[in-house]
Amino acid sequence: MGIRRGHRANLWEWLAERVIFGVSLSAIVMIFLIFLFVMREGLPIFLGSMSSSAVQEVIPVEQMDQMPKEQLRSYLGLSAKQFAEMDRETMQALMEVKVEQQKEIPNDKDAALNTTSWRYLLGPHQWTGYDKPEYIWQPVSGIHKYNIVPLVLGSLKATCVALLFSVPLALAAAIYVSQLARPTIREWVKPCIELLSGIPSVVLGFFALLVMASVLQGVLGYQSRLNAFVAGMALGLAIIPVVFSIAEDALTSVPRSYTQAALALGASPWQAAWQIVLPAAMPGVFAAVVLGFGRAIGETMIVLMASGNASIMSLSLFDSTRTITATIAAELAETVFGGHHYRILFMIGALLFAVTFVSNFIADLVIYRLKARMEGKA
Amino acid sequence: MKQKFLMAAAVLLALIPVRAGNITVKGSDTLVILAQKWAETYMGKNPGTKIQVTGGGTGTGFAALQNQTTDLCNASRKIRAKEIETCIKAFGKRPTEYKVAVDGLSIYVSADNAVQELSMEQLEGIFTGKIKNWKDVGGADAPITVYSRENSSGTYEFFKEHVLKGKDFASSAQTMPGTAAVLQAVAKDKRGIGYGGAAYGAGARHLKIKKDSGSPAVEPTEESVLSQKYPIWRYLYIYVNPALDKGEIRDYLGWIQTEDGQKVVKDVGYFPLPKHLRN
Repeated sequence: MGIRRGHRANLWEWLAERVIFGVSLSAIVMIFLIFLFVMREGLPIFLGSMSSSAVQEVIPVEQMDQMPKEQLRSYLGLSAKQFAEMDRETMQALMEVKVEQQKEIPNDKDAALNTTSWRYLLGPHQWTGYDKPEYIWQPVSGIHKYNIVPLVLGSLKATCVALLFSVPLALAAAIYVSQLARPTIREWVKPCIELLSGIPSVVLGFFALLVMASVLQGVLGYQSRLNAFVAGMALGLAIIPVVFSIAEDALTSVPRSYTQAALALGASPWQAAWQIVLPAAMPGVFAAVVLGFGRAIGETMIVLMASGNASIMSLSLFDSTRTITATIAAELAETVFGGHHYRILFMIGALLFAVTFVSNFIADLVIYRLKARMEGKA
Repeated sequence: MKQKFLMAAAVLLALIPVRAGNITVKGSDTLVILAQKWAETYMGKNPGTKIQVTGGGTGTGFAALQNQTTDLCNASRKIRAKEIETCIKAFGKRPTEYKVAVDGLSIYVSADNAVQELSMEQLEGIFTGKIKNWKDVGGADAPITVYSRENSSGTYEFFKEHVLKGKDFASSAQTMPGTAAVLQAVAKDKRGIGYGGAAYGAGARHLKIKKDSGSPAVEPTEESVLSQKYPIWRYLYIYVNPALDKGEIRDYLGWIQTEDGQKVVKDVGYFPLPKHLRN
């Protein structure tokens, strides 16, 4: 038989090929649509066309009948259709509510600020009641304070700890399993490490919250029990299997003849693994690290449970920290649909998306370059 | 034209029996256990009625009330003017408010902590980050770790408005996903302090609270909360679209405020509504 090509292809084969093509295409379209959706929801913030300023003009209810229709409509924020259908009583109720809203606005010099503009999203500001300009994330507050710098810092802190902890361990394990271990040991160790990835992140988070936090605090004696360090360690546990399995694959796929040649020339197995196989597998190892980074910065449940979720501007690893992902998970359910808090959360979601996208892109680029160099093309 | 009208009427008539006897309740997580108990007890007595309770938070409940995807909205705080505005735009009326129970918030510390009582002013200082050490409020020389709730919770907002007088929580305050998590953290942390509903009371020790430095320290008990001697308490509410406030739903809301319904409140650990507030 053999594989048939072109017009002589079996109808079923052709169909199967089309179906698979359709599935893969839909995956690409799906990712694109999700990105489009996230961007669309966050766009008003990116463009700065949203305002959270609480101060607005209030017209006393008694003046309702003197107001021109068009002015009344825009004051009440109604569409033309709504306005035409609404009876006088309802409109009066709306007018009264507007007055009540004014009473809820805190008497504060910051009430008129649009805190969703980039200046307040990224720069420090001395809010009423604070002693100095600070980066503050307090979205549910009289004055909505949306500074995203503490969140970005928090995400980076937890991710860095996770990578510093897991990459050396995972790479060492990968080198050992693929190059040095006896086959019987390899058959046991490899599935065991890969089993780690089967642990749901919520379980890891719970474990970190109850056990790791207490043990690490007991050993290191820092003050806040839940912090970037604990969260990072737990995150590290989550990404070890990711980094390990990709790195191990890369190391195993280096042709056996490289090792054999090195051994024949008198290298020890360690030298062969470290000086020959590892450099040859570098693109794959690098990809493993970058994927680990993407997984760590996007992981939600572990950091939500183990990081303490305090949005502090501090570089110390032993302070509580609040990550972007945990913030979105914890706050999105309560936001007003289409409101500024909602949009800000989508905006930082889009930011996160962009960061992982760019890091993967850079990784691809580096891998491509490295591969080309290894194969002697560059 | 007449035919169309008849058809529409027929469709409406067909819908009504399905609609009746099914009540959906959504909103505050603080109220969700209580609301479920209410629903169970009520359904046990009125087998014809089906009540579905979901949580999600007070804000989520109000959003659902506005979109008319729920009949009743559980709320652990009063409705805001902004939310009333969207309700009026959606169904033309202010939602009707029912007070259904009373909740006293307790302040929790670790059982090992020497501090027995705090004044409201000291609480404000601790939770806004002005007071950073236990020795400033009569305890050991150790830094204070503040545990708070996520800002999506009604408890968080109530505490912020009522105890912090609208000021921001200290940014070093650790936020926990639920009152149970706050309690757990405080129980494990000798320097910790947290707050939570009285319903979750078991686990760590609660403090006596003074209204101001001159007044006596009061424990959160039914007597002290209902007589308003204990300063940190709130009503729990149910909001309903007035157009739906009839028939089954009216009966259910009425039942909640009876002795029967208020007994459930006590069983769950909240405080029953004072007699004069029941209809």
